[in-house]
Amino acid sequence: MMNAISDALIITKRQLLQLARVPEVLIFSTIQPVMFVLLFRYVFGGSIDTGQPGGYVQLLMPGIFVQTVAFTLAATAVGLSADMQKGLIDRFRSLPISRSAVVFGRTLGDGVLNIVVLVVMGITGFLVGWRPTSGALKIFLGFVFLFVFGFAMSWIGVLIGLSVREERVAQNVTFIAVFPLTFLSNAFAPTTGMPKPLQYFAEWNPVSTMVAGCRELFGLKNEFGATAGSFPSENPLLMSIVYMILIMAVFVPLSVRKYNNASKK
Amino acid sequence: MKAVIAENLIKTYNKGSVRALDGLNLDVEEGTVLGVLGPNGAGKTTTVRILATLLSPDSGHASVAGIDVLKHPDEVRKIIGLSGQYAAVDETLTGWDNLIMFGRLYHLSAKAARERAIELLEQFSLSDAAKRPIRTYSGGMRRRLDLAASLIIRPKVLFLDEPTTGLDPRGRQDMWGVIDDLVKGGVTLLLTTQYLEEADHLADEIAVIDHGRVIARGTSDSLKKQVGGERLEIVVENANVAATKEIVAKVSGSAVNVDEGLRQISAPVTTGSKALIEAAKMLDEAGIHPLDIGLKRPSLDDVFLSLTGHVAEEKIAEVSDATSGRKKGKK
Ligand SMILES: Nc1ncnc2c1ncn2[C@@H]1O[C@H](COP(=O)(O)OP(=O)(O)OP(=O)(O)O)[C@@H](O)[C@H]1O
Ligand SMILES: [Mg+2]
Repeated sequence: MMNAISDALIITKRQLLQLARVPEVLIFSTIQPVMFVLLFRYVFGGSIDTGQPGGYVQLLMPGIFVQTVAFTLAATAVGLSADMQKGLIDRFRSLPISRSAVVFGRTLGDGVLNIVVLVVMGITGFLVGWRPTSGALKIFLGFVFLFVFGFAMSWIGVLIGLSVREERVAQNVTFIAVFPLTFLSNAFAPTTGMPKPLQYFAEWNPVSTMVAGCRELFGLKNEFGATAGSFPSENPLLMSIVYMILIMAVFVPLSVRKYNNASKK
Repeated sequence: MKAVIAENLIKTYNKGSVRALDGLNLDVEEGTVLGVLGPNGAGKTTTVRILATLLSPDSGHASVAGIDVLKHPDEVRKIIGLSGQYAAVDETLTGWDNLIMFGRLYHLSAKAARERAIELLEQFSLSDAAKRPIRTYSGGMRRRLDLAASLIIRPKVLFLDEPTTGLDPRGRQDMWGVIDDLVKGGVTLLLTTQYLEEADHLADEIAVIDHGRVIARGTSDSLKKQVGGERLEIVVENANVAATKEIVAKVSGSAVNVDEGLRQISAPVTTGSKALIEAAKMLDEAGIHPLDIGLKRPSLDDVFLSLTGHVAEEKIAEVSDATSGRKKGKK
């Protein structure tokens, strides 16, 4: 067990070392979400009336946070797929290390990267008017939630990354999977304007429950249309926790098994 | 004692339509070098991957240092080193970073990992490049670093999959030197190669594989004998073909092959350069000046031809190109 953790940390350290050797990766993976914050804040900010104090940026920030950590799935998938292509996974598998070390270390590494990105985004948000009102503890809890959600999504990325033949496929598959999820949600606009069936989808969408949960933790009221009063709308935090547990319960064992049978295609 | 045993390995892909290994048997005596020789697609990499615990066969048994590869892969991983067909190191990291990472993954202490890295970089003449990202390494340097990484724990059994493919002659010489040193150190080595010359130089014993089976096995000398050993080849003017044929027959004592179009006369010889000198002398006495005269050592292609009666399948196009190229060159 101790070995499993220390092996995983070596893999995580490798990823951080990569960032130190090629800082551009970190720079651009933070620039993108920052750009999203600014674009949404100033492009849509004027046209969406939120009916809440502080304006659109208050609703937007939780949405963008969740979108960003949801995309950890893509980062993990692409990273692992590249390792596989270069034969590194083979090499790791020929070493006497714990069976989960490589994938666990990778998801942890992507988690650490998420912390950096979240901090930079939070600061950017603050600069453009984001003011959570719930107090330090709840705000911190909100970020913990975001971190864990990113970590859970990362495990889906492991399975995808180890299953596809090529990095580019990993990139495409994950974008196709995550983009609709983040847009068919309450992340950027209230779901009240969607056709009814979509509202129901958006209501159960883990991205929505995460966004609604974070809004709660950051001191905002959530608004729902047709789905107001439904279970996920009423209990977004609880529902998000259930989703995270479900995702990990399914994808951690699948991913570890996939890793142990992985071979270059 | 056998350090490596593979028994009746079968591995198929694509629901059985591709038989990568078709009942492969081999073993390696402890402290010796086995060269696994075969053309593209013969099953070399598949064999190595199974022995190195990366792949499960459909059926068959394999053991390394007496440990069952399928039942106790974790135990096997503690005593083997593997350097795959393509260098598998982290390109964005430096050579130093890579060796430290792998050292730590072998559960060396930080200090031991550093000491071993310094040693290995020195041994593989990579000290100067240690702090450069692998991205900037040449193919030969990459290959050496990859090999260094597989030696961190001083493995008992080492698997090298085509360690010199893609290296220039100088790089190949260097790699041979490195491997010679390892073997002197007592490691048991299984290496794959497409070059008879390489197997000849490095291996105590050679197993020739084709279509996932071992089709011949023995020391390089015994294999060459099976193949027919060296051939004397002489190209002369049209007018001299008949006379030359007689001379070659005398020197060789076996059947002489005459290619009228190329005006080439050839026959197997067992006495090497002595036969060559003898033939040259006799030609000179007969007043014949050959356009080309030489000894041709058996190549992998010849091994295949003589052992299987077919040219290594995937290489048919390539080989016929190469042969015609060679013949053109001789004119
Ligand atoms: N993942 C795979 N899926 C389908 N077929 C495969 C796979 N891996 C190997 N094969 C097939 O198995 C056979 C043996 O392949 P292998 O890689 O062991 O050959 P090799 O001797 O190492 O060749 P090379 O000299 O080109 O490296 C080939 O016909 C190859 O096409
Ligand atoms: Mg191969």
